[in-house]
Amino acid sequence: MAAITRPAPQPAAARWPAMARVVEHRALQYRRTFRASIFGSFVQPVLFLAAMGIGLGSYVDRAGGGLLGDLSYLQFLAPGLLAAAVMQTGSFEAMFPILGGLQWNRTFHAMYATPIRPRDIALGNFAWITIRLLMVGTSFAVVIAAFGAVRQPAALLLAVPVAVLTGLAFAIPIAAFSATQRRPDGFSTIFRFGLTPLFLFSGTFFPITNLPELIRPIAWLSPLWHGVDLSRAILLGTVADAPLLAIAHLAVLGALIVIGALVAFRTVAARLERG
Amino acid sequence: MSSAAPLIRARGLTKRFGAFTAVDGIDFDVAKGEAFGFLGPNGAGKTSTMRMIGCTSPISDGQLEILGLDPVRDGPRIRSRLGVVPQEGNLDNELTVRENLIIYGRYFGLPRDECARRADELLEFVQLADRGKDLVEPLSGGMKRRLTIARSLINEPDLILLDEPTTGLDPQARHLLWDRLYRLKQRGVTLVLTTHYMDEAEQLCDRLVVMDKARIVAAGSPQQLIDRYSSREVAEFRFAPGIQETLDGQLAGLAERIERLPDRVLLYADDGEAVVIAARDKGIHPETVLVRRSTLEDVFLRLTGRSLID
Repeated sequence: MAAITRPAPQPAAARWPAMARVVEHRALQYRRTFRASIFGSFVQPVLFLAAMGIGLGSYVDRAGGGLLGDLSYLQFLAPGLLAAAVMQTGSFEAMFPILGGLQWNRTFHAMYATPIRPRDIALGNFAWITIRLLMVGTSFAVVIAAFGAVRQPAALLLAVPVAVLTGLAFAIPIAAFSATQRRPDGFSTIFRFGLTPLFLFSGTFFPITNLPELIRPIAWLSPLWHGVDLSRAILLGTVADAPLLAIAHLAVLGALIVIGALVAFRTVAARLERG
Repeated sequence: MSSAAPLIRARGLTKRFGAFTAVDGIDFDVAKGEAFGFLGPNGAGKTSTMRMIGCTSPISDGQLEILGLDPVRDGPRIRSRLGVVPQEGNLDNELTVRENLIIYGRYFGLPRDECARRADELLEFVQLADRGKDLVEPLSGGMKRRLTIARSLINEPDLILLDEPTTGLDPQARHLLWDRLYRLKQRGVTLVLTTHYMDEAEQLCDRLVVMDKARIVAAGSPQQLIDRYSSREVAEFRFAPGIQETLDGQLAGLAERIERLPDRVLLYADDGEAVVIAARDKGIHPETVLVRRSTLEDVFLRLTGRSLID
């Protein structure tokens, strides 16, 4: 079976292929749940936009008396929901699949017994999460366009990548945390005290200027607010009004991704080495 | 690397977790083509040693060379030539049996069609060809272990590491597994395994080290160890409850060495039958008598004063 005299093969050549194999594994797993997942990624935005955008929106638009200018509530809401939905998927993908690979199925340990390094495992998972977020963001964008919730549908081509960045700004730091966990208990805490409040108070449903002055700075700290505000500026075509703000949003999201990744490299490696 | 160089060379190999020392300065060499075993009870440091050899756990101290390479610098390169069967199962339950093999081959950078070809061949080898399309989860423990062995062979490794390969399996599954491992050995594959079953060590290992409390306490072939640390035969006496304690003085002198276990007395001698006869002459009447050859279990008992499985 083993060719004992064979010379040593090259180490898994460049790093890109090693990380691509991790993506390949996740894609192979995903094939089994593909249909249900795609279906869900259309159903969720339809439900949200119908209930909040049209249901609540018609009420707001009638009562608001031009509070939003010539903007409908549906148009105001859509970019926020896009960013928030991608945040939720990103967070979820960074919790159970990461804990599963390290604790339950232990598939990451199986990979680590091959030429694949802990860093490849982390990067491959981030790449896979990016792909998933692109899928979720794109289907959300299609639904937004179908609802006529955007004036310039072409702007969605830019809003989706921003939403994906927002999702990664959550997913990657959460993945760094997941790699330190042995049980999923911490995840419900993150949802309850982190993601749900952020979802409600980051300008998704109403402008943060409506928040009491004391609380408003907290919204600035919310990564979701940066994503929501930038998506909204893109979809409403107002980026040029405050270009520095747009850059600041990108910088915050980028910083979370980079710092999160550096921490995740360490926590994933430490976990795999501990066994 | 010259052909005489060992595949694994460890000197003063040490693994610490905080204040706890799991492996305490052990030395050993594994030569090409041999089946080398680490025998010892749970917690002796076997798995920690295996994980250091597998380049997934950094060494704390000492030297370790695998395939002539340094695990710190060349971890991925070494791992590309190893086949690992871990103690804790890590098959992917979400994939089929065959998919598990193919994706594993992909981790080594093998082309897809080559992975598929080897997967089919290996499923044949471990007698799982008819289960290829099934998910992993409904498989029995023995089948999963065989699949894990097949998986470890997908990259045609120079060295296979098996951590407790038959722990938790029923006797039939164990024998089937031993048979497959024996075939690998016949093909010249180098095997390194840990076990706390002395029969497994005797069946599979050309050479082994006995580990206890993070250290190596003896090394040699199974027969050498038995010759050195035990007598040729053992007479086992079992007594009715309460009797054993009353016999201390009478048993002395019957054998070269006597071990008193909670449930039986072991009398070590070159001729076990002679011990039995001598005991009867002294008026000692055990409930049951068994005369057998010495095993590695006796070696371990001698070296540590404890049995392998507690």
